[in-house]
Amino acid sequence: MTRIYVPRDTTALSLGANEVAEALKQACADRDIDLVRNGSRGLFWLEPLIEVETDRGRVAYGPVTSEDIPALLDEGLLDGQPGHPLYQGPTEEIPYLKSQQRLTFERAGIIDPVSLDDYIHHGGYVGLRKALAKTAQEIVDEVKTSGLRGRGGAAFPAGIKWQTVLDADARTGSSPYSKRKFIVCNADEGDSGTFADRLVMEADPFMLIEGMTIAGLAVGADTGYIYLRSEYPVAHQILNEAIATAEAEGYLGDNVLNSGKAFHLEVRLGAGAYICGEETSLLDSLEGKRGQVRVKPPLPALKGAFGQPTVVNNVLTLAAVPFILAEGGEAYADYGMGRSRGTLAFQLTGNIERGGVVELAFGHTLRELLEDYGGGTASGRPIRAVQVGGPLGAYMPESQWDTPLDYEAFSEVGAVVGHGGIVVFDDTVDMLDQARFAMEFCAVESCGKCTPCRIGSTRGVEVIDRIRNNEHRDNNLILLEDLCDTLEDGSLCAMGGMTPNPVRSALQYFPDDFHRDSTTASQATSEEA
Amino acid sequence: MHISAQDSSAGADLPRDWIQVEVAAHKAKPGPLLPILHSIRNRLGYIPEAAVPLIAEGLQITRAEVHGVISFYHDFNTHPVGRNRLQVCRAEACQARGCRSLEAHAQETLGIGYHQTTPDGEFTLEPVYCLGNCATGPSVRLNDDIHGRVTPKRLDALLDQATTQPLTLQPLAEEPES
Repeated sequence: MTRIYVPRDTTALSLGANEVAEALKQACADRDIDLVRNGSRGLFWLEPLIEVETDRGRVAYGPVTSEDIPALLDEGLLDGQPGHPLYQGPTEEIPYLKSQQRLTFERAGIIDPVSLDDYIHHGGYVGLRKALAKTAQEIVDEVKTSGLRGRGGAAFPAGIKWQTVLDADARTGSSPYSKRKFIVCNADEGDSGTFADRLVMEADPFMLIEGMTIAGLAVGADTGYIYLRSEYPVAHQILNEAIATAEAEGYLGDNVLNSGKAFHLEVRLGAGAYICGEETSLLDSLEGKRGQVRVKPPLPALKGAFGQPTVVNNVLTLAAVPFILAEGGEAYADYGMGRSRGTLAFQLTGNIERGGVVELAFGHTLRELLEDYGGGTASGRPIRAVQVGGPLGAYMPESQWDTPLDYEAFSEVGAVVGHGGIVVFDDTVDMLDQARFAMEFCAVESCGKCTPCRIGSTRGVEVIDRIRNNEHRDNNLILLEDLCDTLEDGSLCAMGGMTPNPVRSALQYFPDDFHRDSTTASQATSEEA
Repeated sequence: MHISAQDSSAGADLPRDWIQVEVAAHKAKPGPLLPILHSIRNRLGYIPEAAVPLIAEGLQITRAEVHGVISFYHDFNTHPVGRNRLQVCRAEACQARGCRSLEAHAQETLGIGYHQTTPDGEFTLEPVYCLGNCATGPSVRLNDDIHGRVTPKRLDALLDQATTQPLTLQPLAEEPES
């Protein structure tokens, strides 16, 4: 029997993976094949990437369409033969993948995401078993040793957050939840240019489930929620299937692996609000309210979900925990530089030839990612600007591409690593349009609680339009700077506070785009226009 | 209880008993409102105004609170939507791959703007800010399927497929099932 893998993550599906799987099934109706729907390896430019198991390991072909199947079979697909132009060789030898330092994405694309047996066979649940033999404090200490920092963007040390929740007195909360603590996974991955959370959930969901269970043991929480954005229907389905399996097999429930400890897990869907990726908005949304930002203090660690002590961590933060418990905090801390320990999953997106997930230790430069991994733009034109860290991150010009990817080094040049999203633009981009969009996005997605963000963003769009139209341009440029100051200093959370990042960086590094003759100012268009 | 009869699209056909059962089913869990609203949206495609008092009474909160939550979230339309929901990603990674011209094409082809429904009730067009498919943009979501590297031509084919494949014989003024 020949085993063939056809991915089922959102990106592979968006490029026709289901049609490829169907075509394979039909063409191989009288042959003995075992078709596995794996997650993706994250080499998205090769999707749909199908793999065949051979004596030499798994062999890859991509990007495959359903029309390619007959020719691929003729050229010896089932034996892993190299004849067809889509042949990529042994998957593990593809340089893009081979040179990565995969800890969190170690299993991504290798296993069937909803097979618990696959997960366990590939090292899963070793961390939980080790955690069950430790005290709560010992688990927290292990996470502290690892140096793991929150991967959602704010980079707060996870161990310190967990310690706060462990030490918090849950009895002060109001009924009916008093004495309880919660683990909340922030899976509201709304930043454009990011999909690493999605890939974890679609390719290796048990890792997240295990990480949350360990977090529950560490702080004494018996319930976890995964707050998932509604834009991720595939992740939703896969997570629910994995949770049901974990419950049925005793990895979740009232008595986790017969330890006498309970941990229950539920997926809650967001409803299309970017701001709910901010942890306090998320908590209000989880409670069934408008997703408005809360004033801190109190910290969610002390007064979080339903008024109780709560760990709120990003998907990637929690997904790193099983490795840390299985291999030890030191093993994780061995990767990285300075105070940025471990690895980060960078996501190469936008106008890029080879887009995908690149998991590396901190310290590589942006240029290595753009050129060595990304291979430049998909359009073949020069790269002009790169936005790192989501819609609230700065646009970086070429002079900054040698900055090492490290939280502190980026901070020094006024940029953010954030969640590791890297969006590439070629030289057709109009940076005034991008600055305007940053303000427009803030206006659409502001929760409305604080005035600088709610009103300032709309005023920002208007001011930029005046600059474009050359109406009192110099004065409006001063006004825009002033507005950015107000947003930065006066906003309650990062939405308003960081919207100036893309605006200011566009102004500072691409000033020509703000000084065009209004009659020649053009809308940014891409090569497909 | 007063049910707004003026809301012709919803008043008469509102599966009132079903909503009450749905509210009761979720009531005991912490933070039940979003799960209830999702459940209604999944069934009807939108949240009819007449559902508001039913939810408020079931959860013992005010109608204003329910309305406030519905109006906060982009997902919860308060008017009937088309048989197909098309979302075009407008976020940065898709901008870098030409989504600005794709959204213009979508609006021109369908003859509607964002948050509008075609007169034949086939399509509702919505913006979306990121579908997490950023390495292979521009992306659109048609109902629950996400599509990558969508050119104007491919979008036309998707729209064509959506209207010609299922239920072409359905009467124009069809009602939500109850």
